[in-house]
Amino acid sequence: MTERILRINMTTLSGAFEEVPAEWQGIGGRALTSAVVAKEVPPTCHPLGKHNKLVFAPGLLAGSPAAQSGRLSAGAKSPLTGTIKESNAGGTAAQNLAKLRIKALIIEGMPGEDKFYGIQINKDGVTIREEAELIGKGNYEAIKTLMGRIGEKVGVLIIGPVGEMRMSAANISVRDPDGNIRCHGRGGLGAVMGSKKVKYVTIDDSGGPGVEVKDPEKFKNAARAFAKAILEHPVSGEGLPSFGTNVLVNVLNEAGGLPTKNFRYGQFEGHNKISGETMRDTIIKRGGKPKHGCHAGCIIQCSQVYCDEEGEYVTSGFEYETIWGFGANCCIDDLDIIAQADHIMDDIGIDSIESAVIMGVAMEAGIIPFGDGAGALKLLEEIREGTPLGRILGNGAASVGRAYGLTRVPVVKGQGIPAYDPRSVKGIGITYATSTQGADHTMGYAVATNILKVGGFIDPLKNEGQVELSRNLQIATAAIDSTGLCLFVAFPALDIPETMTAIIDMLNAKYGLSLTGDDVIALGKRVLKTEHAFNLAAGFTSADDRLPEFFNEDPCPPHNVTWTFTGEEIDEFWNF
Amino acid sequence: MKITVKLFATFRVGRFAEVTRDYPPDTRVGDIIKELNIPEKEVGMIMLNNRHAEPEQELHDGDNLALFPLVGGG
Repeated sequence: MTERILRINMTTLSGAFEEVPAEWQGIGGRALTSAVVAKEVPPTCHPLGKHNKLVFAPGLLAGSPAAQSGRLSAGAKSPLTGTIKESNAGGTAAQNLAKLRIKALIIEGMPGEDKFYGIQINKDGVTIREEAELIGKGNYEAIKTLMGRIGEKVGVLIIGPVGEMRMSAANISVRDPDGNIRCHGRGGLGAVMGSKKVKYVTIDDSGGPGVEVKDPEKFKNAARAFAKAILEHPVSGEGLPSFGTNVLVNVLNEAGGLPTKNFRYGQFEGHNKISGETMRDTIIKRGGKPKHGCHAGCIIQCSQVYCDEEGEYVTSGFEYETIWGFGANCCIDDLDIIAQADHIMDDIGIDSIESAVIMGVAMEAGIIPFGDGAGALKLLEEIREGTPLGRILGNGAASVGRAYGLTRVPVVKGQGIPAYDPRSVKGIGITYATSTQGADHTMGYAVATNILKVGGFIDPLKNEGQVELSRNLQIATAAIDSTGLCLFVAFPALDIPETMTAIIDMLNAKYGLSLTGDDVIALGKRVLKTEHAFNLAAGFTSADDRLPEFFNEDPCPPHNVTWTFTGEEIDEFWNF
Repeated sequence: MKITVKLFATFRVGRFAEVTRDYPPDTRVGDIIKELNIPEKEVGMIMLNNRHAEPEQELHDGDNLALFPLVGGG
């Protein structure tokens, strides 16, 4: 069986398999979701209207024995930013889809009646049924119910109440191998799924054809070299498994780039209490898991399971950006409160980074004071309930800023700026400004080279070299996001040349291709240009590639630096 | 002269998180790394008063030195 496209029409409540057109045959993941959106979605359409489409695509290596290959891309026009969007997540769904040889799942149209539906995919095809029982339910309970209905190993893509209510910060949750939750977090794709009245998609790959590898011997050798490089690099082999991404709290605090009190300062007094070092000690003391993978085949294991004082599960995939956001950004120096917030966000289905920026702006507005952890949890419950205040919050940081007439609103193209201050980590500022998807650190992680000294070193406080750095990283990231590999393979890839060779060898062995390094770079460039063209056609201009004004004017201590790039300098980014 | 030394992640194991100690004048960053028995190739980031620094750099009274192994996230 060859790979197929599964197209679901929610207007007619029907699904059909299609052949993969030639132009989409050699691409997967982000390259494919962005190609489908660029070709089939009118750039000026309303993101919550019938003309938008929600596209899921496993990466090119999904379902294969390659380490780190379980990422799933989701794409659409974003209701949060109005731009094209790709957001990728771990969990089992990428592998489930790949094992059924489904290269992309396209959900289009919308039903006439105000009812929710569930989409069930298995080896025999697809069924679409009305869903009543799970509506309004949180993700933890709903996923458990679906596992009970279909089987313990079923892949699940699901929205929570925030997605049902079509709020712009809604995410799409993916069941992980333990029945817990990973998320397509950024850009409000959960609201697009909610607008199509799809509560969940289940993917049961039992009895399916599995994944084809054209040259298994060559693949095995390349996969082995790839795994070796990952385990050899100190970041992916030791740092991430030991401390998770939250090791960055102390790093950024020391570098003066940890945005504090809604981006007023670059250091947080309570940093030690929320640091990766403290978190690791707490997890071990309480009998949680300091390392954990978000998908089968993950050997980096940067995730963890965080328990309360009684040893009961609270959350997993407890990331630096969430902890920074509810911690330093909101001046809450209590990891247990932040873990509870993470649990609620996973349950109601809202992006934890956007929510962190939302809370900082809500505190700026005086809805609750800075440092009020209990208040932050209460506001998350308002979002779950869909109260009028909850909806202002749930539509993103920019929405809160507008509702309260504020100017200190850290967003680019309507999307909240994450955990690295652009004034003191200037390379990441260029990524925030120029990314095709609004402020997003993962689009071109200049922090690696500005702060962590991975892939060389470019002084974080100087403008020189940052545009080129961000451009190179954004191109490489677009390519990696298309393979379905976890972005953390970039750490070894930046320092160990064999990593990239092994990735290309795996792609060639799986598909019988003869790609070179240049082809991969060309793919990355093509993805960025496709996405940029969509945004221009949607009405964006280079004037949108700018940071909020307050970064130009308010110096960020301890370095007391401002953002000093001119528009012309930023616009050089697109000169490739 | 008094120098505050901060260690992070795995460097804390069997050592400390933060101490302020007296060092002779002319002490360099690398001398402290050596004194702590940290192999130089394991050092990912040296931050001196919140700025990246190199082992050859000389220290001054009241300096804050932070040492990290190679770590990452994102």
